[in-house]
Amino acid sequence: MSKADDKQTLLEVKDLSVGYEGHPIAEHLNFTVKEGDYLCIVGENGSGKTTLMKTLLNLTKPVSGTINKSEALGIGGIGYLPQQTEVQRDFPCTVKEVVLSGCIMRAGRRPFFSREEKQLAETNMERMDILPLADRCYRELSGGQQQRVLLARALCATRKLLLLDEPVAGLDPKVTAELYRMIDSLHKDGITIIMVSHDIAAALQYATHILHVGNRMFFGTRGEYRSSKIGQLFLAQEGREG
Amino acid sequence: MMDKLAEYLQYPFVRYALIVGVLIALCSSMLGVPLVLKRFSFIGDGLSHVAFGAMCIATVLKMSNDMLLIMPVTIISAVLILRTGTNTKIKGDAVIAMISVAALAFGYLIMNFSNTTNLAGDVCTTLFGSTSILTLNKAEVWMCIIMSIAVLTVFVLLYHRIFAVTFDENFSRAIGLDTEKYNLLIAVITAVIIVLAMNLVGSLLISALIIFPAVSAMRLFHSYARVTIFAAVLSVVCAFSGIILSILAGTPVGSTIVGVNVLAFAVCWLISRLGGRK
Repeated sequence: MSKADDKQTLLEVKDLSVGYEGHPIAEHLNFTVKEGDYLCIVGENGSGKTTLMKTLLNLTKPVSGTINKSEALGIGGIGYLPQQTEVQRDFPCTVKEVVLSGCIMRAGRRPFFSREEKQLAETNMERMDILPLADRCYRELSGGQQQRVLLARALCATRKLLLLDEPVAGLDPKVTAELYRMIDSLHKDGITIIMVSHDIAAALQYATHILHVGNRMFFGTRGEYRSSKIGQLFLAQEGREG
Repeated sequence: MMDKLAEYLQYPFVRYALIVGVLIALCSSMLGVPLVLKRFSFIGDGLSHVAFGAMCIATVLKMSNDMLLIMPVTIISAVLILRTGTNTKIKGDAVIAMISVAALAFGYLIMNFSNTTNLAGDVCTTLFGSTSILTLNKAEVWMCIIMSIAVLTVFVLLYHRIFAVTFDENFSRAIGLDTEKYNLLIAVITAVIIVLAMNLVGSLLISALIIFPAVSAMRLFHSYARVTIFAAVLSVVCAFSGIILSILAGTPVGSTIVGVNVLAFAVCWLISRLGGRK
């Protein structure tokens, strides 16, 4: 972590409170995300993890506090892997169509995609190992395949920062491990990761930093989290449940 | 039979009806795909009732050009419905049901104050479409052509953006797309098409034009592009054959078109069943 200081700060969150319609769920959050970090946001159910993520993405207004985004992010800077919605379950579209839609901001004012954007979509499908599925129907894929499609789409939108909301929810252990490996390889390729997760074991295995949201807050490296009181308490508790 | 058809096609009013019918069918089917997928199937229904209510007011006020009232009222309602659909305490479907029933009741109530001698006939005409599709004049046909071209151009140019917003609104907004703008646009286009289509099938049957082609296409195809194209083709074929059929058989135009659409859906459903696709 000695080199941490010369890395560019992508996100700086100061005294942020998040919630709905002015009612805070999680308060006084302070953390920074630097280039190359892998931040895991953990915490009990209902502690506001997903709300925090939505606030970071501008989908929900912050109740108070500030989020400073680096100018380097700009348009096409953030990729997002949302939780799947009801609408998508029977949506008639091919894998290629979904992945290409991640390029929408790159197209700017152009109504159609350029050759480079189609190439980018193809490259990202290859990266996620779904190129053979390109013309398959999205709704007929398995849960793990669908997540990889949405990851490829997110990669079309970003070269820098990826936000993942419970990426392994509902997947079986084998597929879960595979997806974690893929996310890890993206991180090793230099993409900054912010992930909301229930899975504290995986968080401690892959993440560089941990943000614990709940009655008590914690932000630090995973080593610091492991040795902190709150981390040990949460680990013991999760261990019992698991 | 062909001779009879050829004879009918010589009349300008038949040609006008076919042009307008086909164009409206085309526009409404294009719109139907995102609306059905966004779970807004009922918006067509709700808005057409609003348009009915507005038309009743226009009738009572004896307005010479009732479009001046119907169009803005319907557009405003569309915007309100789509706005409240996502983020408020009253859910979207409840809002649509409330507005739709209220407009219908209010419209009929108001109609009773007009000095018309044939109240039931007038209401029936507005609800189930009238023969007005066969009495279109050249100016109305041109207006319909211009409006349709505008709607189709918007759809083609914004095709990828509409797909992105429909498939995943949160993702699109997160990466910086102005989804509010596109939702607003869809609402306005919906309102315009519904008001145009009122002449064709009447306000009760408009949702059929919007929903059936889209749902039929979704039975058969699994790519968004193909669903959109097939829905458009199917809708045009249904509208065309529906109008011809109604002229030959002397049946009401609106109900006949919807009937053909229902039949087409049944066929698509059957094919998908036999083909083993869900």
